[in-house]
Amino acid sequence: MIEVQNLKKGFGGDELVLKGISTTFDKGKTNLIIGQSGSGKTVFLKCLLGLFRPTEGKILYDGEAYSELSSEKQRTLREQMGMVFQGSALFDSMTVEENIMFPLKMFTKQRKAERRERANEVIKRVNLINANNKLPSEISGGMQKRVAIARAIVNNPKYLFCDEPNSGLDPRTATLIDNLIQEITHEYEITTIINTHDMNSVMEIGEKIVFLQKGHLAWEGSKETIFKADNDDVTNFVYSSDLFKKVREAVLKENQ
Amino acid sequence: MGYLKEIGLYFMMLKGVFIKPTKTSVLRNLVLKEIDDLIIGSLGIVCFISFFVGGVVAIQTALNMDNPILPKSLIGFASRQSIILEFAPTFISIIMAGKVGSFITSSIGTMRVTEQIDALEVMGINSLNYLVFPKIIAMLFYPFVIAIAMFLGILGGYAAAVFGGFATGDQFIQGLQEEFVPFQLVYAFIKTFVFALLLATIPSYFGYYMKGGALEVGKASTTSFVWTSVFIILTNYIITQLLLS
Repeated sequence: MIEVQNLKKGFGGDELVLKGISTTFDKGKTNLIIGQSGSGKTVFLKCLLGLFRPTEGKILYDGEAYSELSSEKQRTLREQMGMVFQGSALFDSMTVEENIMFPLKMFTKQRKAERRERANEVIKRVNLINANNKLPSEISGGMQKRVAIARAIVNNPKYLFCDEPNSGLDPRTATLIDNLIQEITHEYEITTIINTHDMNSVMEIGEKIVFLQKGHLAWEGSKETIFKADNDDVTNFVYSSDLFKKVREAVLKENQ
Repeated sequence: MGYLKEIGLYFMMLKGVFIKPTKTSVLRNLVLKEIDDLIIGSLGIVCFISFFVGGVVAIQTALNMDNPILPKSLIGFASRQSIILEFAPTFISIIMAGKVGSFITSSIGTMRVTEQIDALEVMGINSLNYLVFPKIIAMLFYPFVIAIAMFLGILGGYAAAVFGGFATGDQFIQGLQEEFVPFQLVYAFIKTFVFALLLATIPSYFGYYMKGGALEVGKASTTSFVWTSVFIILTNYIITQLLLS
């Protein structure tokens, strides 16, 4: 579980990017951060990842504040984090298998055969077929995302962060990736936090949704409650497309 | 102020390179890979340029010796002095700023643009140590490249002088041995060592701290070449003033 307490973040000027966010991300759930471009989602995610130091406030990882840990403990905590980047961020000089084995090589004392065995387990889990010896440039975007997920979970992380995990993918592959992340979250009891714009993801896997607006937490709920949200910013954002407007109308009608 | 900030950031980067070291077994492989990319991969162009520029130095010296009083051995002497003192350490380093420097900046810059550096940081890896330290260690082998450049430059000079009919082999070798000051070799290798550090770190700095996309990677490579060359020339002047004046 990750608990955020009054998180503020600025970059030197008077204006704060994050203006006092407090929320909780539960274990074993897919937690989504949504909001318009410039709302502070990426800065929030980077604070959660420990890449940005908060200007004020605390982030507690299972009760432990990252900023109060020694550098050694911070490093150990980092090893418990997995991250799926928007562009996958695979190491292009390494093969798919080497990319997945990389965290094991860096942080465990496993021998090569053991590392390979574990890598192949997760490769199987994310349904990557015949790609072990290929370079990232030789596989499709969807497969790259699967490799990124496999690399993120190979070291059994407690926290999984995903930045726009299905951007640039076709709708079917995007749904498959969403479902894969949700299955893995439930299966390994991970605290998963996904930064997304994609309303399909919100409706598909949004077990907890945090809506940011101009650096504030404007609304939080789940995919079930987002239909009834009485916040104009949320409804304008979520129902900006006709498709979702109609879905909402249908759901509200059904509930009446 | 901007330049001061950049210089400060460069030294902070250097500090970051030496803390939180990467696992030894991983580091060993990285160093070997960098030696292959930066040192072995540069040998071809260095050998080619050294041999032919050495030849040109000998021909130019011969063609500018109009006075019959001047001994033919001067061709060997002048070739040796120019190659050992300046051509091999400085001129080759400027070429390496283009070859190795651009490679370092563009490879690290591409990793920055494609979030690979962020991926390393998120995993708890000191990306500066992981990326830059192996390059610094690999560049410690750079003096061997310069030694080869010196040898081939002089060999090129010998070939041009002898086969071009400007001097006999004996005259050229006599010139090579005349008034040889061993400290000049020490001076040449001291500055080679300093250039090696500049070649590894300045391009790394421009790659590591670059912002933007693919276009900016190209721009960063060019900027890195310019600044590496500027600092090589400046340190060359300072070291020469300190050691030879």
